[in-house]
Amino acid sequence: MMNKSIFEVKNIYYQAGKTEILKGVNLKIGKNEMRAIIGVNGTGKTTLAAIIMGLEGYTPTEGRMFFNGIDITNLSITERAKLGITLAWQTPADLEGITVREYLSIKKEGISPEKCLRLVGLSPALYLDRTIDEKLSGGERKRIEFASVFSIKPKLVILDEPDSGIDMTSMDAIKKAIQTFKEMGTAVILITHSEGLAGFADKVSLLCDGKIAKEGDVKEVTEFFKEYCERCSHVGQMDKEILK
Amino acid sequence: MSYSEEFRLLVDAYKKIDRDGKVLLNNKFGNLVINKDTVVGKNEIKGFHIKHKSIKDGVRVGIFIDEGARIEFPIHLCFGMLPKEGRQVIKSEFFIGKGAKVKFLAHCLFPNAVHIEHIMDAKVYIGENAEMSYLEEHYHGDTGGIWVYPRLKGEIDKDGKLFEEFKITNGRVGVLNIDYEIEQKERSSCELLTRVYGKGDDKIEVREALQLNGVYAAGVAKSKIMLVDNASGTVLGEIAGNAAYTRGHIDCQEIVHGEGAKASSMPKISVNNSLAKVTHEAAIGRIDKKKLETLMARGLTEEESVSFIVSGLLK
Repeated sequence: MMNKSIFEVKNIYYQAGKTEILKGVNLKIGKNEMRAIIGVNGTGKTTLAAIIMGLEGYTPTEGRMFFNGIDITNLSITERAKLGITLAWQTPADLEGITVREYLSIKKEGISPEKCLRLVGLSPALYLDRTIDEKLSGGERKRIEFASVFSIKPKLVILDEPDSGIDMTSMDAIKKAIQTFKEMGTAVILITHSEGLAGFADKVSLLCDGKIAKEGDVKEVTEFFKEYCERCSHVGQMDKEILK
Repeated sequence: MSYSEEFRLLVDAYKKIDRDGKVLLNNKFGNLVINKDTVVGKNEIKGFHIKHKSIKDGVRVGIFIDEGARIEFPIHLCFGMLPKEGRQVIKSEFFIGKGAKVKFLAHCLFPNAVHIEHIMDAKVYIGENAEMSYLEEHYHGDTGGIWVYPRLKGEIDKDGKLFEEFKITNGRVGVLNIDYEIEQKERSSCELLTRVYGKGDDKIEVREALQLNGVYAAGVAKSKIMLVDNASGTVLGEIAGNAAYTRGHIDCQEIVHGEGAKASSMPKISVNNSLAKVTHEAAIGRIDKKKLETLMARGLTEEESVSFIVSGLLK
């Protein structure tokens, strides 16, 4: 059941060089809502994730963002994380020499590393002392990234393409983990191309031409996406006729 | 201050580098504890003997491992100074007997350093077919008011092995000037590893030189230097392949973070025998932005994220 919004994006614009990527994005996410953001490649989904997290070089040219009523637009990444916002990257970074145990123990009062690993279907006995480097497969690394998100007990998590570059076994574990976020009451922004993953969401927003072109029921928006966007040869040129 | 009190305070300082000082109280471990110019504790065990005498501002010490001795547990060496200011000179000679095997864990502790000069002038003789590991970890406190000069001249006899590691990753470095020179006979092997985390206005200079003089001698000189704030680091790796089938390699990694940090690396390799091979690789880079942002997105500050990343890179 949706309740009061925890996060709001108001009229966000973002320009990279001379190119305008986001052109007035508006979003409202409920407290334990899972919101999928879909759209073809190059429409600004990952840019939106970076803006919400406050990554370097992703300061909006216009617009504000509010988390639990607090204006976070000018806050640092750390300040946003301390409020309870975090991001799981599409391709997580290697952390050479750092063990999984150390990575999952960053927040002292967080969930235990053992429990976090179990939540993503990895055995603590096999993984806690492994280092986070290129020896891990893409699926293992992604699952550890999800475990690290669990470890800090976030209130809002942005999952950027959680299904990219992973094997079938990891896919099942990732799906379960996404469900667990929901069960834990964490609000989720799920950036995906996958209709299967979007199906977990309470609502779907379709990003096209730097704007939320359509928003609503999962079935309705994903069918619209398949009907028009998947076949669409353009990026960033919203067909106003279709959207009428 | 009594010897026992000085000893206790150095044992306490061990905690600064996450070590358990109790090893210095356990009779099964050989040890030597020096505060400034005084030996405040020592424990000789079978196969391990010490001779020492006080000199101006320090101690001259001879460390002997008997021929054929296989020392089961590491021998702990603890050198340091508790006062804030002063000078300490340790002139040491290590004699590792033929066929012996030993591991030293050395800790150099200057927990209160404000203006201290520490000179470690070591000579190492590794006998035929003998093996020595020497792991040296420093803690210099947080002021950076320390000048440290580790000097090592070594000779490794045929089939001998030396593994030497120098580490300072907690607290400030101050000024560090390492100068190591090792001569190697046939089929001997040597690995030198330096791991340093420089902060503030720390100044780090490292020279590691290997002379591969005997056939099939092999040597590696590795350094991992992390520099933040206004710290600077210079690494000079030198290897000369002077005999047939010698193999040498220099591996230097330096990472800088912040506008003021500076790093440089100068490998000097030479081959004086057509069957020798010496290689080098050096990389100087910045801390990857994505790694930093990943950790910041978990709630660490930028400074904490840098320390966290560096702790992994320096392992």
